[in-house]
Amino acid sequence: MLDGEGPGPGARPGVAGVAPGAGCITLDALGRSYRELNRTLRALTARRGVSRISVTNVLGQRYIGTGLRGEIEVMLYGTPGNDLGAFMDGPVIYVYGNAQDGVGNTMNSGKIVVYGNAGDIAAMSMRGGKIFIRGNVGSRSAIHMKECGEKRPLLVVGGTAHDFFGEYMAGGTAILLGLNLGPGEYHKANFIGTGMHGGEIFIRGRVDPYQLGAAVKISQPAEDDMRLIADAVGEFAELFGYDVDEIMHENFLKLSPKSLRPFAGLYHAGSRDDSYNGDGAGECLGE
Amino acid sequence: MKSYLLPQFAVYRDDDKCIRCKVCVRQCSFGVHAYDDEDDEIRSNESACVGCQRCATLCPTGALVIRQHPHEFRPNANWSEEMLLDVKRKAETGAVTITGMGNDKPHRVYWDHLLLNASQVTNPSIDPLREPMELRTFLGRKPDGLVFKDGRLITDMPPQVMIETPIIFSAMSYGAISYQAQLAFMQAAQELGTLCNTGEGGWPMDFRRFGRNVIVQCASGRFGVDPDYLNQAAIVEIKIGQGAKPGIGGHLPGEKVTAAVAATRMIPEGTDALSPAPQHDIYSIEDLSMLIYALKEATNYEKPISVKIAAVHNAAAIASGMVRAGADIIAVDGFRGGTGAAPRVIRDNVGIPTELALAAIDERLRREGIRNRASILVAGGFRNSADIIKAIALGADAVYIGTAALVAMGCTLCQQCNTGKCAWGITAQDPYIAKRLNPDIATRRLVNLVRAWTLEIKEMLGGMGINSIESLRGNRLHLRGIGLQEWELEVLGVKGAGQ
Repeated sequence: MLDGEGPGPGARPGVAGVAPGAGCITLDALGRSYRELNRTLRALTARRGVSRISVTNVLGQRYIGTGLRGEIEVMLYGTPGNDLGAFMDGPVIYVYGNAQDGVGNTMNSGKIVVYGNAGDIAAMSMRGGKIFIRGNVGSRSAIHMKECGEKRPLLVVGGTAHDFFGEYMAGGTAILLGLNLGPGEYHKANFIGTGMHGGEIFIRGRVDPYQLGAAVKISQPAEDDMRLIADAVGEFAELFGYDVDEIMHENFLKLSPKSLRPFAGLYHAGSRDDSYNGDGAGECLGE
Repeated sequence: MKSYLLPQFAVYRDDDKCIRCKVCVRQCSFGVHAYDDEDDEIRSNESACVGCQRCATLCPTGALVIRQHPHEFRPNANWSEEMLLDVKRKAETGAVTITGMGNDKPHRVYWDHLLLNASQVTNPSIDPLREPMELRTFLGRKPDGLVFKDGRLITDMPPQVMIETPIIFSAMSYGAISYQAQLAFMQAAQELGTLCNTGEGGWPMDFRRFGRNVIVQCASGRFGVDPDYLNQAAIVEIKIGQGAKPGIGGHLPGEKVTAAVAATRMIPEGTDALSPAPQHDIYSIEDLSMLIYALKEATNYEKPISVKIAAVHNAAAIASGMVRAGADIIAVDGFRGGTGAAPRVIRDNVGIPTELALAAIDERLRREGIRNRASILVAGGFRNSADIIKAIALGADAVYIGTAALVAMGCTLCQQCNTGKCAWGITAQDPYIAKRLNPDIATRRLVNLVRAWTLEIKEMLGGMGINSIESLRGNRLHLRGIGLQEWELEVLGVKGAGQ
């Protein structure tokens, strides 16, 4: 699974199939620069009647789907380059291969599905929409994810993550499933949720408390948390052909911020304050 | 714990003049003044006074005088009062002291050591009252050369943004400043045909109609960055650093994160808005290039992308890398640049004067033959039109003004922006206090300031025998240094007076 194996072209009829159907257009990325490729994608997206675009021979082109808007499905065969779907607003992207750094960087809405692994900073500053990664993600994934009102971004990672997962997380949901960890094996990431001040991380599989950032509170997911997890895992399992019950059978751990203001006591306004009682400043210094 | 800090300001009230109208009581957001019903007397708690002068300004009878407190420690050139107070403050709180506004240390202000040229005999002055003066400026990358065919330009021009005066309003976030203050900046920029910068705190929906006059920031927190945010603005600016706190991230205290601020930034109400110091997708010039081009892709190559850095050691080499990474505009912010909140120790000790960084960057880009590939915006403590015209002669395309613009609105540099209690309503989020700033009056004052400075720049240009700001840009022959050492003249690239 780690090598991006998984259903290749055609394995998921109706989604992945290159077979021409109504509104599906096939594009060969071979020899095309990212700029040209993206211009074509934007033009096709704007064209009436086009609802799906299949791109073959993707060879590291950056920014695919960056800033792309509209209701369109894009199937990518190969390996897209960095910043896949950055600032994206609406489309659905399937990657039949691995993805590089910056998947869904500051993404606004839409969905990205990666059948292999993704690199560093997946879902960085993500504002809305969903990202599903079948394999692992690199460092600093889910960093500074945020949320507001209806917009609650979701990142589901089938494998494990590297360090600083969910650092400075300010909102949204990040789920680590650890499906590729051996029995008793711990997740790889250290400093999980460092500086976290919003949102929630759910972890299936084992983590040692030393792997967590100081700002993180550990708890058992509540009933509504479990419903949220089950929905996300259901979608994940359907996309990648897993058995939901098998995944849900394991325990999940909930990580949430200890405080909405993790650094409040570190700063002082400088003016004289007679009401100051001497407590509080060390509140998070020692943690 | 009893505070050992002495009051910084003394409040003198002339009881004969005081009519007990309680304006001071209502106006002081720091709770200095209180009315005593029984004695019909207003008492003042000096230790809470920050010297913002709001009460004295609004007192209808002029009964109040706020002065520095006359208490004096035993004189000691090494252990100044400021040093003593800083130690006491740390001893009481165990915390980092944060403060608003820019570096207030008495370092050399290079603008004051540069003198402008004037025409005498050999080439005539130009009378700006009779002749047109061209201050219009185009921001953005310029092509390496122009190709004409049949008298028509056939070179593809990179995106340009036109401003009518080389003065634009600095980045100040909604959250750091009030809704009213940001509205005033947007209205003033529109009326003046120039630009204002949203800062990194997002862009309230009802301000998006000002898009043609707005620079939006994409910083480490990525607050409020959505596709419309990028596409409706005139320029997108990647903020790497800020003059008042180079290398330090943003920290908007939870007290200032109201429901509206939270919605604009997409974070929960009342949480600290943290922008980490680094952008976690930028660890190198190559990474910077990637974000620049991601933003160009997202905006269809229709907008100049600016990159803002703080003036630091090696700013010139960094700027060269930025231009090569694809930046269309370089913004450099010196250590006099303001802020809503910075650790005082950072503000006072990190960074360099913007004058030196600007001169070094312009010189370096020229030497490398890439000066045309980016416009240079310079920020960090512009106090008057002479500072601005000297910056243009040192190589700037335009300047950012922040502190001066706030002063135009009423700010007295009391340095309490971070507390959210700004008595002038400029950096407050509390609706009762923020409402003190009437956006239309503030707009008027901003427009007047920039108009006056623009007229003064025209006067000075005319005196130099120049009728276009283009002709002055990087034209250091119009400057002479005075009271500067050799190395300073060398960095600035100007001759000494009389040479």
